Amino acid sequence: MEKFNTLDGIAAPMPLINIDTDMLIPKQFLKTIKRTGLGENLFFEMRYDQNGNEIKDFVLNREHYKNASIIVGGANFGCGSSREHAPWALKDFGIKCIISISFADIFFNNCFKNGILPIIVSEEIHQNLMKDAEVERTSYMKIDLKNQKIIRNNEDQVDFEVDEFKKYCLLNGLDDIGLTLQKSDKIRGFEKEYSNKFSWA
Amino acid sequence: MEVMKNNRTLYDKIWDDHLIHSENDTSLIYIDRHLVHEVTSPQAFEGLRESGRKVHAPNKTIAVPDHNVATTSNRLTNFGSEEGRIQLETLDKNARDFGIHYYPVDDIRQGIVHIIGPEQGWTLPGMTIVCGDSHTATHGAFGALAHGIGTSEVEHVLATQTLIQQKSKNMRVEVAGVLGNGVTAKDITLTIIGKTGTAGGTGHVIEYCGSAIESLSMEGRMTVCNMAIEGGARAGLIAPDKKTIEYVRGRPHSPKGENWDKAVEFWKTLFSDPGAKFDKEFFLKAEDIAPVVTWGTSPEDVLPINDFVPSPDDFQGSKVEAAKRSLEYMGLRPGQRLQDIKVDAVFIGSCTNGRIEDLREVEKIVKGKKVKSGIRAMVVPGSGLVKKQAEEEGIASSLKEAGFDWRMPGCSMCLAMNPDQLLPEERCAATSNRNFEGRQGRGGRTHLMSPAMAAAAAITGRLTDVRDI
Repeated sequence: MEKFNTLDGIAAPMPLINIDTDMLIPKQFLKTIKRTGLGENLFFEMRYDQNGNEIKDFVLNREHYKNASIIVGGANFGCGSSREHAPWALKDFGIKCIISISFADIFFNNCFKNGILPIIVSEEIHQNLMKDAEVERTSYMKIDLKNQKIIRNNEDQVDFEVDEFKKYCLLNGLDDIGLTLQKSDKIRGFEKEYSNKFSWA
Repeated sequence: MEVMKNNRTLYDKIWDDHLIHSENDTSLIYIDRHLVHEVTSPQAFEGLRESGRKVHAPNKTIAVPDHNVATTSNRLTNFGSEEGRIQLETLDKNARDFGIHYYPVDDIRQGIVHIIGPEQGWTLPGMTIVCGDSHTATHGAFGALAHGIGTSEVEHVLATQTLIQQKSKNMRVEVAGVLGNGVTAKDITLTIIGKTGTAGGTGHVIEYCGSAIESLSMEGRMTVCNMAIEGGARAGLIAPDKKTIEYVRGRPHSPKGENWDKAVEFWKTLFSDPGAKFDKEFFLKAEDIAPVVTWGTSPEDVLPINDFVPSPDDFQGSKVEAAKRSLEYMGLRPGQRLQDIKVDAVFIGSCTNGRIEDLREVEKIVKGKKVKSGIRAMVVPGSGLVKKQAEEEGIASSLKEAGFDWRMPGCSMCLAMNPDQLLPEERCAATSNRNFEGRQGRGGRTHLMSPAMAAAAAITGRLTDVRDI
């Protein structure tokens, strides 16, 4: 996995609440057996009309935001289906960080597995960052994962929380299967005791 | 070292039994059952191959194609799309190469993964169960800790039979009292989401309890837990009781002989202790639940059937804009009577409501009646065995006589990955779990409801109070 350290980029505003993973990547693109190439279909139904033409006023179709690497999104971002195709599509498009008031659980975890940083902020901060993102001139933000700071265009700094283990994996680009396999002996030991106790399981 | 604690929730107990290792807030938990389907697993198996890893516990891993399968009788040769065919072939190859349990599409036991897990006795109380599908919450009806995971986690579980987790908080949802006429498990679960919201359970595992929950059949309990995810929760749980044990008894993979007795003894300890602490509680009176439908594009947009389409002004904050967008998408006007909304299609099926009891409910409503002309009504049984049973009970022939299209098992129009899709602006009464924009087909309009309510809509051609039929 790619390391995540600092990110300097354009933040795109998407204030709609309950942005679900069906919106992020509709089902017709789940037939793939690959992880790559989903970016062009990110937000497919909001982004293209029935004839496949770009819908001009959709934020990620606006020239400036085509280069966005951050989304400031509405509450309960990523709800719905567990499809990891959603973060795969975001990553392929170039999104590396999503800021919201709240995230759906599975999507939140899936982001970390793909080098995307989801950040939870308070409603007040969220409003300010949304306003920043809405104006092209102020839509540039810097994310500093190591020091857990969002640096706004006006130089204001916003602290954020992130789970220590997840942060460690992102900063070092670690594949957690490898980390877990280092505990193989522990797992084998547990299994032995477990199968004695729960012989039917 | 075993510490006897007497103030644990059911979730705490299952968690403790499966905890391998914990460091700070991050834990490694053991997984008893890993269910696998064709859509969220190919990249995980590919990852195993690339790194030369094996499936750690093939005997605890069960694969079945469901999301992408066609539901037509010629589906063994007609896949709907070339990509779909490749995906099904890939699951077939992976299942055989890695030696995991497998129900191919031509096996009578094939069906929606969350229907066949319980049906085959893979799902047992007290277990941890995961699947690359958010509706894994269904299995919580048995008092198992069951939830959806992403594909990276699918690969992690395949390789290690464990999952890295942070423990969730405990939430208790009590539904007490007696359900009124025409009110079902689906109305309970939708009403809860309508009141607590789609993020109401975020960060929590919900335990459903109370006399109304206890009174439900196992099928009904599965319907309730299935939609815990729509309420934002990681999982839903119901403590096992006699009904649970009777359901599990004698299934192909449930314990036998001495193991059975040992298991039953243990299952009787699976309940929240009287002094257990819940971080969040919600109470609902069964008498206050009516047959409900959704009007918008979020599962929290729930109203009793005798109500009216709301106005965006009825909401606050960011929900105002969301409601405006929903009404426009759904083609509805504020103040419109819900019962005046005409439907074009009816979909009965899915992991929420594709079990035998659901089909019996539909039969009760439609027997001897006809689907209103012009309405496309389809029934997709949840598994080959549900389909067979419904055929043996005469349900299939009543439904066919009424004008329903009787299909082969699969996820079908719940997520519309296969050719079963709505057309733009086509309006559907659906027994599935999500009414998101485009969920059942681009531009398609979904109203979620119970099987009985969907059956009533099929007869009248509009959203209908099942109590009037």
